[in-house]
Amino acid sequence: MSYKGKFRVWRGDSEGGELKDYEVEVNEGEVVLDVIHRLQATQTPDMAVRWNCKAGKCGSCSAEINGMPKLMCMCRMNTFAEDEVVTVTPMRTFPVIRDLVTDVSFNYQKAREVPAFKPPADLKPGEYRMQQVDVERSQEFRKCIECFLCQDTCHVIRDHEENKESFSGPRFLMRVAELDMHPLDAADRQHAAQEQHGLGFCNITKCCTEVCPEHIKITDNALIPMKERVVDRKYDPLVWLGNKIRRRPA
Amino acid sequence: MTELERHSYDVVVIGAGGAGLRAAIEAREQGKKTAIICKSLFGKAHTVMAEGGCAAAMGNANSNDNWQVHYRDTMRGGKFLNNWRMAELHAQEAPDRVWELETYGALFDRTPDGRISQRNFGGHTYPRLAHVGDRTGLELIRTLQQKIVSLQQEDFEATGDYEANLKVYAECTITELMKDGDAISGAFGYWRESGRFILFDAPAVVLATGGVGKSFKVTSNSWEYTGDGHALAMRAGATLINMEFIQFHPTGMVWPPSVKGILVTESVRGDGGVLKNSEGKRFMFEYVPDVFRAQYAESEDEADRWYKDPDNNRRPPELLPRDEVARAINSEVKAGRGTPHGGVFLDVSSRLPAEEITRRLPSMHHQFKELADVDITAEPMEVGPTCHYVMGGVEVDPDTASSVVPGLFAAGEVAGGMHGSNRLGGNSLSDLLVFGRRAGMGAAMYVDGLGAARPKIDEADVDAAAADALAPFELEGGENPYTIHQELQQSMNDLVGIIRKEEEMEQALGRLSEFRSRIAKMTVEGHRQFNPGWHLALDLRNMLTVSECVAGAALMRQESRGGHTRDDFPGMNPEWRKKLLVCGLDADGVVNVTEKQQISMREDLLELFELDELKKYLTDEELPAK
Repeated sequence: MSYKGKFRVWRGDSEGGELKDYEVEVNEGEVVLDVIHRLQATQTPDMAVRWNCKAGKCGSCSAEINGMPKLMCMCRMNTFAEDEVVTVTPMRTFPVIRDLVTDVSFNYQKAREVPAFKPPADLKPGEYRMQQVDVERSQEFRKCIECFLCQDTCHVIRDHEENKESFSGPRFLMRVAELDMHPLDAADRQHAAQEQHGLGFCNITKCCTEVCPEHIKITDNALIPMKERVVDRKYDPLVWLGNKIRRRPA
Repeated sequence: MTELERHSYDVVVIGAGGAGLRAAIEAREQGKKTAIICKSLFGKAHTVMAEGGCAAAMGNANSNDNWQVHYRDTMRGGKFLNNWRMAELHAQEAPDRVWELETYGALFDRTPDGRISQRNFGGHTYPRLAHVGDRTGLELIRTLQQKIVSLQQEDFEATGDYEANLKVYAECTITELMKDGDAISGAFGYWRESGRFILFDAPAVVLATGGVGKSFKVTSNSWEYTGDGHALAMRAGATLINMEFIQFHPTGMVWPPSVKGILVTESVRGDGGVLKNSEGKRFMFEYVPDVFRAQYAESEDEADRWYKDPDNNRRPPELLPRDEVARAINSEVKAGRGTPHGGVFLDVSSRLPAEEITRRLPSMHHQFKELADVDITAEPMEVGPTCHYVMGGVEVDPDTASSVVPGLFAAGEVAGGMHGSNRLGGNSLSDLLVFGRRAGMGAAMYVDGLGAARPKIDEADVDAAAADALAPFELEGGENPYTIHQELQQSMNDLVGIIRKEEEMEQALGRLSEFRSRIAKMTVEGHRQFNPGWHLALDLRNMLTVSECVAGAALMRQESRGGHTRDDFPGMNPEWRKKLLVCGLDADGVVNVTEKQQISMREDLLELFELDELKKYLTDEELPAK
């Protein structure tokens, strides 16, 4: 049942580093994170790796496995041949701290730039009434475990450091969409999506959807509808006129 | 003098799960400058793993529900050992805490008339758990996280600084609390990323560090659950109660080995799933204890009817409190009626249509598919008990969450008393919200009361804390912390697990004292920058202290109750119900366990129960005089 697996893991820090080869025991039913833990316990006690739940619920152990952005805890070893070298590297879009751990603070900054849920002024706690069908759209996006793999894979920022300032990435564009589709949110989200979060950068290649471990249809259900809403707003002459009238000072 | 970064706050909250975040929101809303210390990244805390829901008697699904019914269920679940005042506050305030989450942006599943939907769970008389599919914990933590962000946005508007009044210190671990005389004066710790030290000067500290499961081999808990808050509190002079009560959740995954212990939500049973042994028998009917006989169905027909008509039928025994179900599974496996991998079958596939299963239990479906190659819509799951929750924790004042140490507060799993000897499913998320808020309020009030008399940090204590934290780097050629950790987990699992015996617990205490001397001689390789070996070495000290409390208290309590089952004392004893076991540290750092009398339940609360039921739990002289 168990065999010696070949692993190649990136070791280093912000100054630089290299891929190192290891031979390590692999047992039936294990995932990549189990093998990384065995490496820590037996060969490399100081190998840095982030993880928490080991059940695909917290989104901490994001890395690139043979070049694909994945959660290490959900990547089963039986998806590789026994003699295949498994290469594990840190997420490329974020600066390395050490080994497999990257500095993901970019994401927390972007999260702060999305204005919070604005509760309706006339409803008290306990008075909220929403239909299941109406909350389901936003609920899909709230399945997000913030593993940031979609941010990692998105080509707008993966190889373009210069876009990071004006682009919030799929995770936070989806957050804007989530709030826009919240049945009771009282804020305007559509202008900000385009102007502050860089929705226009997205050219719907769906890479984010492909890597999402929660299988959220980020592109189809969040980004494209958001683009459509923005376009409707921008070019619909009635909406334009309505806005003009409503915004006239009293 | 130790070189470090220093910060000054009114309130420091250690832990960023549900309780910690709710405490921080409250402290900040009370106008206190607040820090949140988070061992992992912000939003990754263990609360994220909670699946089933948050219990609150809102009465949306069954209008007969109210706080009194919830209170009764909670006391029954804890076998009347609960701190009744905590159980009362919890049942009364939980609905407001849930409704408040909607104002923060939470999106719970809905009833047909648009209110928050509520589901059935073990030990709850009515459908009571607010939920979002089977990912309620994620919704809770994300909602609170986003509320924190919204408060920071308000501060940014007002001051131009997001972190003016509320700051999250992520990937930062506290290793020692600082005191001035009897009172708390701050907290000392390190950044995981750099290994550099950090000092918080603060008169009030709220512990919200969660549980202790990482001392056990088979557990549903994440790596953070090393009993940090329990141990910090003890080292600061506070006391722990109820440490002998550990909840083994009846349904953890048993296969493959690498996922052994990962939780399978109780909602599977709440939504119709049944437990069967290798002979295909629904064995839970054989395990209904006398105290619960009146409330549970006696036949499969009656149990099945209950899902559609709960007012005229009794509940299926699969929905007994967790301690009962865990012991039953344990007995079935021991009797040779287990599954190939040493569990029992949990079957929902023959009970609900496939699409209903994937709608109601999406993350269970995903988890089994991805990790075990099992399609739960087509075949049964294999499950067995897993260490899930510690009922014991810091002894606190129910109303303010204050420990016996001035300035030290505790809320959530790290606090003791609320759940008595066994926690009901769904009562944890509500506990976090109710007592997280109360701890934040208690801390704010305490700071207000101090005025200008703010406790000071003693530099000698800072130097000592720094030396302690660096000790594992000093020795060469000692043992690796990973080895000691594995042995500790195995010992606790084997000797202080779900069924306990006197000889085994004595053996456990012997081993624990050996670990203590081995830990003193551990060696950590490498340097201080993001070094998991070092972090584990520091956490191990806490795990050991907590394990000593669990084993010591378990040895002393000569009865079986809730999450404490003695092979040699199988029955419940009303005399023991009146007693709390209190753990403290001697001057030389040794754990001591002493008995303390429970405070008797208030008259009007006692009247909520039938006399016949009280007789099962209380001594004759405790019974009401009518």
